[in-house]
Amino acid sequence: MEKPSWGLGDLDIEQPSPARVYDCYLGGCHNFVADRRVARRAVDLWPELPLIMQANRAFLRRSVRYLVRQGITQFLDIGSGIPTEGNVHEVAQVASPLSRVLYVDIDPVAVAHSRALLARNPLADIVQADLRDMEAIFDNPRARRLLDLDQPIGVLMVAMLHFVPDEADPAHIVAQYRKTMVPGSYLVVSHASHEGRPDQAGPHTELYRRAGAPLRMRSRLEIEALLDGFDLVPPGVVFLPLWRPDSPADVDDHPERFTGFAVMGRRE
Amino acid sequence: MTYGEQEEFARRWAEAIVGTSYVPIGRRVLTKHLLGLTRRLVEAALAVEFVPALGRQIGVDMVAAHFTGTETLRETLALIAEELPGLLGSAPPGVDAAGRVAQLVASMAAGYAGALRERSLDEQDAIYRAGLRARRQAEQALAASEAKFRAMFTEAAIGIGIADLDGNITDANPELQRMFGYTLEEFTQLNVVRSMIHPDDAPSVWETYGELVRGERDHFRMEKRYYRSDGSEIWTQLTVSLVRDEAGAPAYQVALLQDISERHRLQEKLEYQAYHDPLTALANRQMVTERLGKIFAAPAGQRRVGLCFLDLDGFKVVNDSLGHDVGDQLLKTVASRLTRCCGEEHLVGRMGGDEFVIVVEDTGGKADVAALADEVLAAVVEPVRVGDHELSVTTSIGVVEQAVAETNPEDLLQAADITMYQAKHNGKARCVMYDRNRNDSEVRRFTLSATMLAAVERGEFFVEYQPLAALADRALLGVEALVRWRHPRFGVLGPERFVGLAAESGSIVQLGHWVLARACQQARVWRDAFGDAAPFVSVNLAPRQLHEPTLVTDIGKILDDNQLHPSSLHLELTEQALIGDETGPLTVLTKLHRLGVRIALDDFGTGYWNLPDLRRLPLHELKLAGSFAVGLQSPCPVVDQRIVAALVDLAHALELTVTAEGIETPAQLEHFREVGCDVGQGSLFAPPSAAEQIDALFRAASPLCGIRREDISREDISREAL
Repeated sequence: MEKPSWGLGDLDIEQPSPARVYDCYLGGCHNFVADRRVARRAVDLWPELPLIMQANRAFLRRSVRYLVRQGITQFLDIGSGIPTEGNVHEVAQVASPLSRVLYVDIDPVAVAHSRALLARNPLADIVQADLRDMEAIFDNPRARRLLDLDQPIGVLMVAMLHFVPDEADPAHIVAQYRKTMVPGSYLVVSHASHEGRPDQAGPHTELYRRAGAPLRMRSRLEIEALLDGFDLVPPGVVFLPLWRPDSPADVDDHPERFTGFAVMGRRE
Repeated sequence: MTYGEQEEFARRWAEAIVGTSYVPIGRRVLTKHLLGLTRRLVEAALAVEFVPALGRQIGVDMVAAHFTGTETLRETLALIAEELPGLLGSAPPGVDAAGRVAQLVASMAAGYAGALRERSLDEQDAIYRAGLRARRQAEQALAASEAKFRAMFTEAAIGIGIADLDGNITDANPELQRMFGYTLEEFTQLNVVRSMIHPDDAPSVWETYGELVRGERDHFRMEKRYYRSDGSEIWTQLTVSLVRDEAGAPAYQVALLQDISERHRLQEKLEYQAYHDPLTALANRQMVTERLGKIFAAPAGQRRVGLCFLDLDGFKVVNDSLGHDVGDQLLKTVASRLTRCCGEEHLVGRMGGDEFVIVVEDTGGKADVAALADEVLAAVVEPVRVGDHELSVTTSIGVVEQAVAETNPEDLLQAADITMYQAKHNGKARCVMYDRNRNDSEVRRFTLSATMLAAVERGEFFVEYQPLAALADRALLGVEALVRWRHPRFGVLGPERFVGLAAESGSIVQLGHWVLARACQQARVWRDAFGDAAPFVSVNLAPRQLHEPTLVTDIGKILDDNQLHPSSLHLELTEQALIGDETGPLTVLTKLHRLGVRIALDDFGTGYWNLPDLRRLPLHELKLAGSFAVGLQSPCPVVDQRIVAALVDLAHALELTVTAEGIETPAQLEHFREVGCDVGQGSLFAPPSAAEQIDALFRAASPLCGIRREDISREDISREAL
């Protein structure tokens, strides 16, 4: 008989992880066979996926730059995934060298990898935690070292909340975060949606469900509701490329192909 | 190739590859970046001597800038191969532009492939390392939590055991080992179902257990007994939890056991104390009562029950003269002898003090219980050695043996109690068998006598007052205080029922004192209400009271306490009190006289008092016995009338007031008045009445004669035969 064991977490590399599948979409090799298999199948079903992911990364980049311009110098990026080019701390620290960034991810491999990459960066670190476990995040010494919750903060939930099912009450989770954010703080959200490409949504959701990472696509209104209590920064909830593009040239003729929404809220 | 042409080329290049790779830059920056590459391409293509490394480096740099998508490479190479040759313009002599571009594309491809391969391998390496690190950390965390669990398991002050679903014990922590006295090895040989059963387990224990191992419940909690390895018993608070595997199927069970034996022992001790006498360890009154209750609760049938009620003779003397320690030792010895006589068969209890009972269940008849009582008598009488003292103690036993159907616990106990008093009365050191046919009143006398003092304390006694009227004008002069007992069982008893008993037992002293105090309080009340006109109070004094050394001071104190003039108190004595050679009573009488209290000789004419001797006594009044009043009613009252007249004359000669008792008719009244009697008492004036009714009479201020009996409501004196 086995003694009680406190499991190895999600350390099964035979099991695809959203963080590493995402890395596949972006052309990275920080992934395992199981992750690539899912990514390939997803792209077969929906060839624009890599473009959508790139658009998502581009939104992340623009939003961080925007926040730095608003004077935000500390960031909490939840669901940060596998670090890749154009990470929050890179973007932020280019714009403002003393910017501090705490990444959070639930995937232990992503965390281990991030920690190795961030080893030499004293102003960036990562904590392994669930989005819902705010205590594990904010009471962590790494968080206390980097974040000052008495000051405005940029909280990023980029391509994150669609992994939170309705039963877990994402609006309540977001509200809990809002309470810890002092006025002047911002919440950045991008979220998968079936609006724009309803034909693709079903099979894609099914694929993720089978891969063990159920996806809950939401409508524009549902996404807007998640930011209840925040003032939406113009242009509000829009398709990814339409959120404050660097230049008109970056906007595709068919932004609805990028079936994800971007939004930023400010805590007043 | 002009700068403008290069810019245009870069723009088209960007157009071709945008979206094919993830690069964290916008299109403007991208185009600028590609313009740089375009310039390097042109330079490499137009160099006098072709340097493959330049082409390779461009491929390497593309990968470094994260142009890692294969479509990016395809679009890039196609664009260069198709469009660059035409744009290069004038090539140096000997340089074949198309060939150069082909060479350039080939070396770029090689550089790109090599760099991409490097990059992929690096990234794969990095992610595997991350995977390993994460696993190692998880394992460390697991080891740490296992160590924590182990520490908890080892150090816990609560017993923890783990068993598989078949009940085989696989682990037990040190506390559990200590609790049960088994080593871990021994535990692992044991099975929960086979080895951990206690005969007193309720069937529900193992039903619940079954539900747990079948996965029908996840835990249960109960108090359960076990045997330790040495056979002794242990009480535990048991909590068993089912642990399930990842699929939710039952995997094994964890039991937490807390040793609550101490609590149980305490509980048992408290229960024992509630039912046992701490000194002798015999059953206490509570337990005897409950046992009797049980006997009578069951269907009576033909069953019979016996009860012996014991009281040691002269125990008080032992206690008073030798001390309580010796008394206690004596009680313990008696208790153990009683237990020896009765064995396990009969319940022996201590009812308090030196009273014991033996409950005999299912007796065969009176002879059985009588034999037991005789045996007990003999056992108790054996001398008892306590320290240096050899004590001889006897006991009086009341024995009752009856059919269960014909009595009840209370009557049984009371009958035994009364019978015990009878044994005392008959001379102690004996047993008396209760006999239903024996004169009940005799039995009840014992009850009354035995309970009188407690009744005084409980306030069961009260005083009534019978008016004494002046025969001349029938004005109310005073009242005689008459004590009554409102007995909870026998109703209101007159003094004739208990004063004799009180005199016998000596409780007359306390009772008499109580009546004096009560009557004087009442005299005070009247004094406050009516001033100097208030009636005096006449109180009977028992012969025994005259022998109390404190009588005079007691009376003085009572008068003081109530601020009464001594003359408002009359004391009535019988001739009997003054018979004898002793001068004591006379001395007391003299002192009372000096105190100013008036003294009456009661019931005069029934005794043997030598009339001339009356002058020796410090008296104020004579109360003629009621028999004179009866005599005056006779067909030929002349003789009686003359005797009374002579007595009255004599008394008056001695300056004594004469009171006639028992006046019931106007004729009697008339006779006494004619012979010169001063005062009268009797139902013609008023029966003994409550103080409030005397108030009413006094306020009416009318002559007392002719008041009809029904004008005065009074408590009926129970005439129940004693």
